[in-house]
Formats: sequence, C-alpha cells, structure tokens
Amino acid sequence: MTAPETAVAVKAEVRNLSFYYSDFHALKTLNMPVHDKKVTALIGPSGCGKSTFLRCFNRMHDLYPGNRYEGDIRLYPDDTNLLSKEVDPIEVRMRISMVFQKPNPFPKSLYENVAYGLRVRGERNKRMIEEKVEQALRGAALWDEVKDRLDDLAFNLSGGQQQRLCIARALATDPEILLFDEPTSALDPIATASIEELITDLKHKVTILIVTHNMQQAARVSDYTAYMYLGELIEFDVTDTIFIKPKKKQTEDYITGRFG
Amino acid sequence: MAAVAPPVSHSHDISVIRELIAKHKRWDFIFGLIGLLALMIGVLTFTALFVDMAIKGVPRLDLEFFTSFPSRRASQAGILSAWVGSTLVMMVTAFFAVPLGVAAGVYLEEYAPKNWVTDVIEINITNLAGVPSIVYGLLALGLFVYQFGFGQSILSAGLTLALLILPVVIVATREAIRGIPQAIREGSYALGATQWQTVQHHIIPYSSAGILTGVIIGMARAIGETAPIITIGALTFIAFLPASPVQAAPPFVSFEWLLSPFTVMPIQMFNWTSRPEAAFLVNAAAAGFVLVLMTLAMNGLAIWLRYRLRKKIKW
Repeated sequence: MTAPETAVAVKAEVRNLSFYYSDFHALKTLNMPVHDKKVTALIGPSGCGKSTFLRCFNRMHDLYPGNRYEGDIRLYPDDTNLLSKEVDPIEVRMRISMVFQKPNPFPKSLYENVAYGLRVRGERNKRMIEEKVEQALRGAALWDEVKDRLDDLAFNLSGGQQQRLCIARALATDPEILLFDEPTSALDPIATASIEELITDLKHKVTILIVTHNMQQAARVSDYTAYMYLGELIEFDVTDTIFIKPKKKQTEDYITGRFG
Repeated sequence: MAAVAPPVSHSHDISVIRELIAKHKRWDFIFGLIGLLALMIGVLTFTALFVDMAIKGVPRLDLEFFTSFPSRRASQAGILSAWVGSTLVMMVTAFFAVPLGVAAGVYLEEYAPKNWVTDVIEINITNLAGVPSIVYGLLALGLFVYQFGFGQSILSAGLTLALLILPVVIVATREAIRGIPQAIREGSYALGATQWQTVQHHIIPYSSAGILTGVIIGMARAIGETAPIITIGALTFIAFLPASPVQAAPPFVSFEWLLSPFTVMPIQMFNWTSRPEAAFLVNAAAAGFVLVLMTLAMNGLAIWLRYRLRKKIKW
C-alpha cells in the first residue's frame, strides 16, 4: 500500500490553516498535502478537530454564523484557494462532494436522490441524467441491488445501502475530491466492510479524504494518514509509516492504544 | 431495608411493605378517577351540546334548506347565501394566508439572522395568535373597508380572516420546518445547492404535511369566527348570491364577487337565534349542525392529509 511519495501528484495543499468557532480556536496552523487519486485518512481522539478539518474542504462551516477560516487550502491544477472570500462556497461544493456520518438520503426516490446534484446544476437532458445515475450507482456498487426499483423511496433501503446511495449521490457529479466523515460509524460490520471495499475501488477515480475514529479502518483503506490532537496536526505520513514506525511518541501512544 | 429500619422481625416486614404498597396504590386509583372525571366533563359537555343541536336541527335539514335564501317565514328560510358566503370567504382567506404565512415561516426559520430583532418578531407572532378576533375586525374596518375602499365585501372578510389565521400558519410552518433534520439540509448544500434550491426542493416539500395541517386548523377556526365579520359589516339578511366567478362571455372569469356583500354561516345562525319565534331556533340549530360538520370535516381532512404525507417521510 506504500506509495512512493515523489511519483504522486498533489491534488490539494493545506497551508497554515486555522479555524475558529467564534472564539474557540479549533484548528491550529495545519499544513499537509492531499495526494491525487489516493486515500488520506484523518485520525485522532474525539474532539481533536478531524471532522472540523474535513468540513473546511467543502466550506460546510459557512452555513453557520461566527465561523472563521485563516490560511489556504489550494486546489490543483488551477491553484484556487478554496477558503478565499472571493470563492463562492457553492462553487467549492460543486467540485468537492461529501458523504456524512449517518446516511442522509432525501425522502425522495432512489433515482431522484442520485440525480439531485445534476438537477442543482440545471441539467435537463433526461438521457444524460439517466446515464449518470446508472454510472454513479454502479460506482457505488449499488446498481445490481436497486436497478429494478429506482422509483422506491430511499428510506426503504437498509442502512448500508442508504450509505452507498449517498456515495452514489456524491459521485454523480464527478467530484474532484470525495470527503467521508466517519462514513461507517452508524453501520454494522458487514455494511462497513462493503463501504471500505468501495472506498478502495473508488480511489482510482477520485481523491479521497476520510475521517475515521477506527484505526484499523485507516490502516486498511488509506495510503496516507494524518494524526491530529487538540486541533493540531501531530504527524502526517504514508499510512504504513504512521502505523509501523511513527516519528512522534504521541502518535505511537495513540496508535498502540496507550491513549485515546 | 432491613438494615436501616428499626428492629422489626422479618415475618412482619413483608406484611408492612404490602400494606404500604396498598396505601400508595390508593392514590393511583384516586387520581385515575379524578382524571377520568375531568376528561368526561369536557367530552360530555360537547357531546351533550352537539346531540341537543342535532336532535333539534337534523329533522329540519333537507335539500331545500341548502338551496333557499333566508326568509321571514322560518319554514322557507335556508342557508344558501350563508354557505356560499362562507365558502368564498374561506377561499380568499386561504389564497392570502397560505403564501404569506409559509413565506414568513420559511424566512424566519431558514433565512433570518439569529439576533434579537428576530427574537422580538418571533415573540410577537406568537402573541398575535392570542389577540382577540374582534380587534382584527376593528383593524380591518379601518384598513380594508375604508382606507383601501374594499367595502363590506367578501374580499374584506377574507383578508380579515387571513390576518387572523396568519400567526397559526406561520407557527405551523416553523414547527414543520424545525422537524427536518439538519443532516438533510447539509446533504443538499453539500451537493452545491443554493439556499433557495434547498428550500424549494427539500424544506417546503418535506414540511408540507405540517403546513397543510396548520392551514386547515386555522381555516377551521376562521370559518366559525363571527365577531370580526360583524365588525366589518357583513349583512345578516342576504337574498342574493355574489356574481359568478365564471362567465359565459369573455374574459370568462370575473372578480366582481370579491366586492359583493355577503353573509356567513355563524352570522346567519346568530341572526336566527335572536329571533323570538321558536321555528327560527330550529333553523339555527340546523345551521349550527352544518357548521360543526364543516369544521369537523376540515379537521378530519387535516388528520388524513398529515397521515398520508407523513407515510413518505421517516427521519
């Protein structure tokens, strides 16, 4: 799973990122690269800021008053600073999709769920939408299970299927980066395994950032891992290095379960 | 228990506990009885009133009662102008109250900044729901009837009742919107939707069951309102119908009916109860029975709609 660092292109780069919830300094001067078509895992104990960090990438924090970013997240190849005030958060979200902790399908049909991103973009071509929906459902390994009941309500699916539907919904618009915020924390072990398998498959098509509280999961699915603690990025490296011989004692303590 | 209690032999202990439990349980029984009594006072009073009205009024109900204008002779009098008036006024009320109330509710929940101005507005809307309806009547008399020159018309009445139920619609809209999990909003925004797209595609459709329920309950209240309608000058004796909204000649639709004088069900009832002849009291009972049925039907519709629309949505 080790990737030779020099050969990998960088999709995004975090530079001196700080984030504030009103007065609370939640993220402290983070710096790290996000490698293209690789899986990067964010790990750390609860409250370390890993979800907060993830939600900076699609400007989710803009939805709530009092939040403030400092620093850059530069997205390549066009070198856009995602956090810039001049960049509309909607533009950022059109390029970077997100899958949430709990499956959150809309109370609409399976088809409408997956097609929603295209509808938001004003896509009217029915054949085009149909094609994209099928492609996304195949990409999320859900097509064979649901192809005969695309008009069913999303709530009739099992939890694992709902989460794969949400992945399909995020994939349908061909995002450049796919964000996963603890995508399996509400799922049983079998559904979790299928989602993990899916993430491993997807990295050939899209850059993936995943927050997980489960270290085994990070070890299984990711190429790179960032360990965070109290809003700081303690260590970032190739996943095998982080798990086999971390450079920092703090990381080692967390990995070996002596803390956290 | 034995460790703390004063030295009592074990054989006594269990009987003491049983006695204690029995004593405590008496209060369960007593409260159950009081509660049942309280409930029965409410239910029985309504039932007695309704049954009494039904016994007096139902024999008077026939087709002619619905197709006749009021008359000086009780046996020939009917509620045609009243139920047509009530229906038209309700249409106007819904036409204005629904878009205004829903827009205000959506704005307050989704768009308004969370600050003290919004808080003050929120508190005042809740208070508006408690303002006596005759006060709305006075306001409408000055504003709609004279200032805007709508006169003592269906339009004035509809607008007045729309104002009256606006707080109900706003509150129902907000409650329904608050029931939508934040995760759904985030899901929509995360796909690049704008605020209006989120409102249009998600917030309003998913809250429509609650909004409809609120609207219908508001309308059920409005249809029985008498005081504000009398204040703006509804007539008690109307022996003609408003102009038809649909016409044979172009432009085929007419809004003349909006400015027509009118009467409504509760006013017709009120008029009949103030007559000395007993036969008119029978008419009033019959009209009252119809009015109660209209209200119950609306509430029933609200329950059914809520059930139907909720089936599709599980959070």
